Amino acid sequence: MQFKTTSSPHYTPENSVNTIMRRVLLAMIPGTLATIFFFGWGVIINMLLACVVALGTEALMLGMRNRAIKPYLLDGSAILTACLLALALPQLAPWWLTCIATVSAIIFGKHLYGGLGFNPFNPAMVGYVIAIISFPKEMTQWVPPLLEGYTHLNFLQTFQVIFGGQVPAGLSWDAITMATPLDTLKTQLGLELSINDIHQHEVYGPMFGAVGGIGWEWINGLFLAGGLWLAMKRVIDWRIPAGLLGTLFFLSNSFALYDYSSFTPPTFHMFSGGIMLAAFFIATDPVTAATTPRGRWIFGAGIGFFIFVIRTWGGYPDGIAFAVLLMNMTTPLLDYYTMPRAFGHHWREFPQHTKKHDDE
Amino acid sequence: MSNADYNEISKNGLWTNNVALVQLLGLCPLLAVTGTVINGLGLGVATLLTLVLSNSSVSLIRHWVRPEVRVPVFVLIIASIVTTIELSMNAWFHDLYNVLGIFIPLIVTNCSILARAEAFASKNKVLPSMIDGFMMGLGFTAVLVLLGGMRELVGRGTLLADAHLMFGEVARNWTLVIFDDYTGLLLAILPPGAFIGLGLIIAGKNIIDKRLSKRQAQAVQNTGQEAIA
Repeated sequence: MQFKTTSSPHYTPENSVNTIMRRVLLAMIPGTLATIFFFGWGVIINMLLACVVALGTEALMLGMRNRAIKPYLLDGSAILTACLLALALPQLAPWWLTCIATVSAIIFGKHLYGGLGFNPFNPAMVGYVIAIISFPKEMTQWVPPLLEGYTHLNFLQTFQVIFGGQVPAGLSWDAITMATPLDTLKTQLGLELSINDIHQHEVYGPMFGAVGGIGWEWINGLFLAGGLWLAMKRVIDWRIPAGLLGTLFFLSNSFALYDYSSFTPPTFHMFSGGIMLAAFFIATDPVTAATTPRGRWIFGAGIGFFIFVIRTWGGYPDGIAFAVLLMNMTTPLLDYYTMPRAFGHHWREFPQHTKKHDDE
Repeated sequence: MSNADYNEISKNGLWTNNVALVQLLGLCPLLAVTGTVINGLGLGVATLLTLVLSNSSVSLIRHWVRPEVRVPVFVLIIASIVTTIELSMNAWFHDLYNVLGIFIPLIVTNCSILARAEAFASKNKVLPSMIDGFMMGLGFTAVLVLLGGMRELVGRGTLLADAHLMFGEVARNWTLVIFDDYTGLLLAILPPGAFIGLGLIIAGKNIIDKRLSKRQAQAVQNTGQEAIA
C-alpha cells in the first residue's frame, strides 16, 4: 500500500520578497496620507518622481549586470526605497535633488554591492545622507504643516517650485517654507533660550502643537500604527523598534529630568521628525539589520542612542540616517557575537568560531 | 638591459602595477588633496620627483648598504629629498605649497616610495631604477589628476581652477567653467567623494583589463585554430 504524499498544503509561505515589500508599503499608507494632508502636493510629486527614477535606475543597473529585469523590478524593493526616500526629503526639494538622491541610493547603496540582499547599508538612507551632505541648503525646504500665517501652495505652484525652482509671484521662500520643529529647537537652544521660552515664543511657539509639532505628531502616530500592524503580522521583528524607541525614551527622559529647560522632553523626541518611520520601516530592513534576537535589541538600541546623541549634540537637526548607517556597519559584528546557542550544545562549546570555520 | 625591459618597467608603473590603482599605496595624500586638478598635479609632480631622486640614490649606494640597516638608510635618503622638495616648493610655488600644506612633508610616509626603493632600486642599476621611479610617479600623478578632475568637475563644475598656483600669472584665466550656474555637489569635494571616485576609477581599470584579456584569449584561440587548419 502506498500513501499519497503531497508537498505540505497546510502552510503557504508568506515571506517572499514580494509579499514583504507589499505589506510594508501597505502599512506605510496611513502615515503617508497624513504626510500628504499636512505637507501638501510636494509629497506626492516627490514620491512619483522618486519611484520613476528608482525603477529606471534599477532596470538600467539590472541590465548592465546581466540580471533578469522583470522579476527584480517587480519585487517592490526599489519602490520601497524610493518611497522611504521621498518621505524623508523635504517636500519642496528641487527635482534634481530627488533624482540624485534616488539614483545614488539605487546605484551606490544597492547595486554596487551586488543588489538586493547584499547591500550592507540601507539604500534609502545612503541616498538621504548623500543629499544632506551635498546640498544642505536645499534640504531645508520644508513646508509649514497647515500653519496659519503661511501660504499653502496648490498643485500647480508646487509643481513649478519643484521643477522650475521659482517661487510663485508675490511670495518669498520664507512664506512657503519653514524650519522643522527639531531644527527650530536646535537653533533656539543654541541661542540660550529655554525649552519653555521656545514653546511660548510668538513666532516659533505655534508649530510645536501638543506633543511633537503640528502635523508631525499625527504622521508619527499613524506610522506607529502601521508599524505595529507589521510587527503583529511578523513582517518585521518588534525587537528593533522596541530597542530603538526604548533607548530613545530612556535617554531623553533621563536628560530632561536632569535639566528640563535645555533638553527636549521624551514625548517630543518620540513624535517629531521621522522617528516612527525610522523605527518601524527603515531600521527593520531585513537585509541591513541584525538577524539574531539579541543582536536586534542591540541594533535598535544603538540607533536610538545615536539618534539622541546627534539630535542633542550633533551638527544636524535629525540624525536618523546617520544613526541607521552607523549601526548597519556593526551588523556583521552583532550577528557574530550574538549567535544563539544551537540546540543540544552547551553555551560554553558554542559558538565555535575558529579561524578555520571562518575561512570555509 | 634591453629595450624590452624598459617597456616592461613603463607598463608596470603606468598600468599593471599602478601605485594608486593596483598597489593601493599612498592613499592618504591621494584622497586628501585631489579636490582640484591643480592640487592633484602639484602633489603628483612632487611625488614623481621624490620617486626619481630616491630611486636613483638608493640604487647608487645599493652595494654599500648592509641589509640590516637598509630601511633606516632609505628613510633618511627619502626624508632629505622630500625636505629639499618641500623647501623648494615653499620658495617657488608658495601658494601651492600653502594649499597642499602638510601633505608635502608627508610624502616621506608615502609607502610607495619606500616600497620602490626596497623592491626595485636596491636590486637594480641606476638607469632602470630611475625609469622605474619616473614611471611609477607618472602613473600616480595620472591617477591624482584624473581623480582631481572628476571631483572638481562634479563638485564645482570647473576644470583647472587656480592654475596660477602652479603655472604663474599666465594661467590665471585657464579655468574652464564646464557648467554655468552650478550649485556644486559638496559630496565630491569632501573625503567620501574621493573614496567613491577612486572606487569608480579602479572599477573602470578592471573593466578595461577584463576586456583586454578576453580579446587576448580570443586572439590566442584564433591563432590556435589557424595553426590546426
